[in-house]
Amino acid sequence: MQAAAQIFSDYILPLLILAGLSAVLLGLLLVIIAFLLLFDRKVWAAVQLRRGPNVVGPFGLLQSFADLLKFVLKEPLIPAGADKAVFLLAPLATALFALSAWAVIPVNEGWYGKWVMSDLNVGMLYVLAVSSLGVYGIIMGGWASNSKYPFMGALRSAAQMVSYEVSIGFVIICVLLCVGSLNLTDVVNAQKSGLGTKAGLPSTLLDWYWLPLFPMFVVFFISALAETNRPPFDLPEAESELVAGFMVEYSSTPYLLFMLGEYVAIVTMCAMTTILFLGGWLPPANVAPFTWIPGVIWFLIKVTFVFFMFAMVKAIVPRYRYDQLMRLGWKVFLPLSLAMVVLTAAFLQFVRYA
Amino acid sequence: MALTAGFFYLFATLAVFSAVMVIVAKNPVHAVLFLILTFFNAAGLFILLGAEFLAMLLIIVYVGAVSVLFLFVVMMLDVDFAELRAGFIKNAPLGLMVGGILVIELIMVLGFQVLKPGIAAQASVPIVPGASNTAALGRVLYTKYVYFFQGAGLILLVAMIGAIVLTLRHKEGVKRQSIAAQNARTPATAMSVVKVPSGGSMIPDAKPARVPEPVE
Repeated sequence: MQAAAQIFSDYILPLLILAGLSAVLLGLLLVIIAFLLLFDRKVWAAVQLRRGPNVVGPFGLLQSFADLLKFVLKEPLIPAGADKAVFLLAPLATALFALSAWAVIPVNEGWYGKWVMSDLNVGMLYVLAVSSLGVYGIIMGGWASNSKYPFMGALRSAAQMVSYEVSIGFVIICVLLCVGSLNLTDVVNAQKSGLGTKAGLPSTLLDWYWLPLFPMFVVFFISALAETNRPPFDLPEAESELVAGFMVEYSSTPYLLFMLGEYVAIVTMCAMTTILFLGGWLPPANVAPFTWIPGVIWFLIKVTFVFFMFAMVKAIVPRYRYDQLMRLGWKVFLPLSLAMVVLTAAFLQFVRYA
Repeated sequence: MALTAGFFYLFATLAVFSAVMVIVAKNPVHAVLFLILTFFNAAGLFILLGAEFLAMLLIIVYVGAVSVLFLFVVMMLDVDFAELRAGFIKNAPLGLMVGGILVIELIMVLGFQVLKPGIAAQASVPIVPGASNTAALGRVLYTKYVYFFQGAGLILLVAMIGAIVLTLRHKEGVKRQSIAAQNARTPATAMSVVKVPSGGSMIPDAKPARVPEPVE
């Protein structure tokens, strides 16, 4: 009896707590994403002077859930010549890798500790690693469909994602140099003081890294668009030209999983932008009315703001041509971010630590 | 947390299983996918050991970049497996030799730990207690081994330049886009207004266009 209780408290209870917390985080994340998806469509519609989804529920609020039901209840079609196991593994991998990035993303910190599933020392690298794995779902899906068009789409998409990862890596190195830690909570806390506090102001939004690292902020934002195959870099899908790239053969729930993975990756990138450049859960000014609002709300507001910018880019900017996309990634962003890494390192070496 | 042991056995079993599947799998793409699974489990083991930085590098470099290229090549090539199997017996002694050397090396590394338990503490660069392993690795790489580190970087750079030199070919007569030239265009350089006399030609001293005779 004693041994059983020991095993329970040592093995099963921590596992249950972890699983419960993960389930809560994922549930909240997915519900938020469902509404962000609707928000995306509404913004897109507003730019085009349409109403957007407005039938299901008040103001169309339940549209995403209706879409979910529609996808799940349809019949999944698997092409006869497809490699069944890999074909079904691909969307699962996409969704899984995208969701697993949220294990290290902190959303708040206070006297009750850090609001993060796993306070990994190398959180930044973990997010980079997991977001680079998204490419596998695409390659596997394109190959397993056993058809030329998905395969070509997969190759294009993979080349695109691999190229923009390089500049994202360098941007992350820039931030890492300024912070001196790879832990995402430390990144946010390092933004409590900066240019603004040096000038004698209280801790405000001028301290966040978007200001000193502004070029890198822009590079990161655009690379995040390309990395998540978001318009204007949605060449892998390009629904008006290529049908759907690597997803041509997918239907019903597997297709839903691809789309889910894509949107989770987008929100992850928004959260990363928030943490790296927009001060995470810190209020825009550390004075009375702003500090009353809990940090997690600020985090949500900032993520939604970055998502709004993503949506506006989608609505306004026309699609890139493939060679221009590659040129931008390799010939513009790579030298620029490399130069900024050298510049940041030199600045820190000679000015801050002198 | 006591869960560590459970996760160790999970990762270790999966790693061994997928490593075996890499060589057993009939389909080369499946073999590469199992290789990726092996990398993943190795990364999991690294995390359990407290070497998070190495684990993330393993995933970023090997899984995120090298295996993607691997997968590309395997998918694009039409690998004839009957032909590959034919060479199996011929190359088996060589493979056994390489495998044998690896086994001996592993036994040496692990055996010394058993024979002389304190040997890890006598490392030429002792591990700083309390430092995060990113900082610890950086300190060693950029002080004691800085020349080797830079040398390795230079070798990689030379390899990269070599690959580019071998594959880069500028074909003659291919139209290329020059973004700078495009952006520098003004109405003055881009177009010219020409008055064309009726029945005449834009080309000076050209014969007037011949009006085709109606076909009867």
